[in-house]
Amino acid sequence: MEKRAIFGGKMLPYLLLAPQLLITLVFFYWPAGQAVWQSFLLQDAFGLRTEFVWFENYTTLFQDAGYYRAMGTTAFFAVAVTVLSLSIALLLAVQADKHIKGAGAFKTLLIWPYAVAPAVAGVLWMFMFQPSLGLVAKGLRSMGLDWNPLLNGNHALILIVMAATWKQISYNFLFFLAGLQAIPKSVIEAAAIDGARPIRRFWTIIFPLLSPTAFFLLVVNIVYVFFDTFGIIDATTSGGPAKATETLVYKVFFDGRLGGDLGGSAAQSVVLMVIVIGLTAIQFRYIERKVTY
Amino acid sequence: MVEQSRFGNLFAYAVLGLGIFVVAFPVYLCFVGSTHEQSIIANGQMPLTPGPLFFETYYKALFIGTSGTTREPVWRMLVNSATMAAIIAVGKIVISILSAYAVVYFKFPFRMAAFWMIFMTLMLPVEVRIYPTFKIVADLNMLDSFAGLTVPLIASATATLFFRQFFMTLPDELIEASKLDGAGPFRFFKDTVLPLSVTNIAALFVILFIYGWNQYLWPLLITTRDDMQTIVIGIKKMIVTADALTEWNVVLATAMLAMLPPVAVVVLMQRWFVKGLVETEK
Repeated sequence: MEKRAIFGGKMLPYLLLAPQLLITLVFFYWPAGQAVWQSFLLQDAFGLRTEFVWFENYTTLFQDAGYYRAMGTTAFFAVAVTVLSLSIALLLAVQADKHIKGAGAFKTLLIWPYAVAPAVAGVLWMFMFQPSLGLVAKGLRSMGLDWNPLLNGNHALILIVMAATWKQISYNFLFFLAGLQAIPKSVIEAAAIDGARPIRRFWTIIFPLLSPTAFFLLVVNIVYVFFDTFGIIDATTSGGPAKATETLVYKVFFDGRLGGDLGGSAAQSVVLMVIVIGLTAIQFRYIERKVTY
Repeated sequence: MVEQSRFGNLFAYAVLGLGIFVVAFPVYLCFVGSTHEQSIIANGQMPLTPGPLFFETYYKALFIGTSGTTREPVWRMLVNSATMAAIIAVGKIVISILSAYAVVYFKFPFRMAAFWMIFMTLMLPVEVRIYPTFKIVADLNMLDSFAGLTVPLIASATATLFFRQFFMTLPDELIEASKLDGAGPFRFFKDTVLPLSVTNIAALFVILFIYGWNQYLWPLLITTRDDMQTIVIGIKKMIVTADALTEWNVVLATAMLAMLPPVAVVVLMQRWFVKGLVETEK
């Protein structure tokens, strides 16, 4: 799509674009390029000599059991948070869409966790589930469960899943509610006149019409778990115990911080880049399709 | 009209009530903890009702800080967070509205190349280029500065797309009329485009302010000095691995203070928040 009327001017558009383009070049493309370049280099132990080694960093990476473990953790984390937060949010949105008193207030009371920083969300959940002082942890113990996310990797993983889900419900809720409100009432009324009961109406009419929203949210939630949960993990478990909560992003951060293995850390970054590019491409292909409907 | 069953509505209230309880409970406990003595919390005896130390704890957090771990009082961190969030939000809006204006209202060589270059940054979140970006910021001598904290995050594909989309919906008659009146690109921008964009700018500001306030990984790398710490980073540093040393009441008060500004923004500017969230994501 183009505007019919436009301004002339040879330098002006470039000047307007300059700040943004300069920042993308210096802080996005250059470092991304560096990451790709470094992923083909191997530095000796003293950082004195670097050698071009083609894909050696990648083969090392894909032979590392720790990397597969981080992949597994990330996959579990993504599936758990996505399924939980989407289903809870859908349940809440369907209820909030009913004609009940105070629907607006309910909405306000449900959306604010979006604004809580992931790291702070992590601290809140840690405070409840911290084995020696957490109130919920105490309750679990009195029920005979030996709850200890500081020592037990599964417990730690459950803790960060809960914190990450808690934070994401509000986002999904808002989009589901917007999706529900966009469904024409006449369609639902027609089904009601034909004698479809509420549950049947939900599964045969509302849910299919909501599926574009659900698909969009699916992708967004996966991206969220991959990239935005760093703060939750760092504030609650720091990837522990014994790396049980180490996701791919956390591993890049952790391995690179020691500064030892520049090439390996760069190779990890490149793998992540490929993942984001894939996810973004899926997201935009779907949006294009929706536009042509 | 679709039937309304009384049972259906009761069910709705029950589910929503439970949802709100689950969502609010962690924050309620955090508030309760921030009003009790450290020792009560540390030995797991904290009651479910607020204690008497509200003013003491918040005063200590804001103006004194924890005794050992971080030497900075929280007000300093709040100022840092607010400065960072404001620079990021305003910076993103300014450079994005200018870029979108150039792409929509001018025709020039490499126009689409420039647009795609901005667009593709969507695929390069800071997490995939952490250390090379850190190195550039270090080489430019921008560590421990607001420039280092904000400028590398300021490019925004979503904001540029958002403004571009909006400019596309403005009728061509507007610019034709302005040109007839002899307005150049500056006047058209200032007198027509900017006033029409006010609600969009407000919506975007709400979203971007929250985004900036909640940054974690980037400030963690860029700030080493205590007086440059943001509040989100500060909390994490207050929690010492040896539990006995953690001043939980101060930590929890700080967490409350860290949540307050962005949550207030969402609640008070809810309409703009929803608009910004729903429309920028598309």
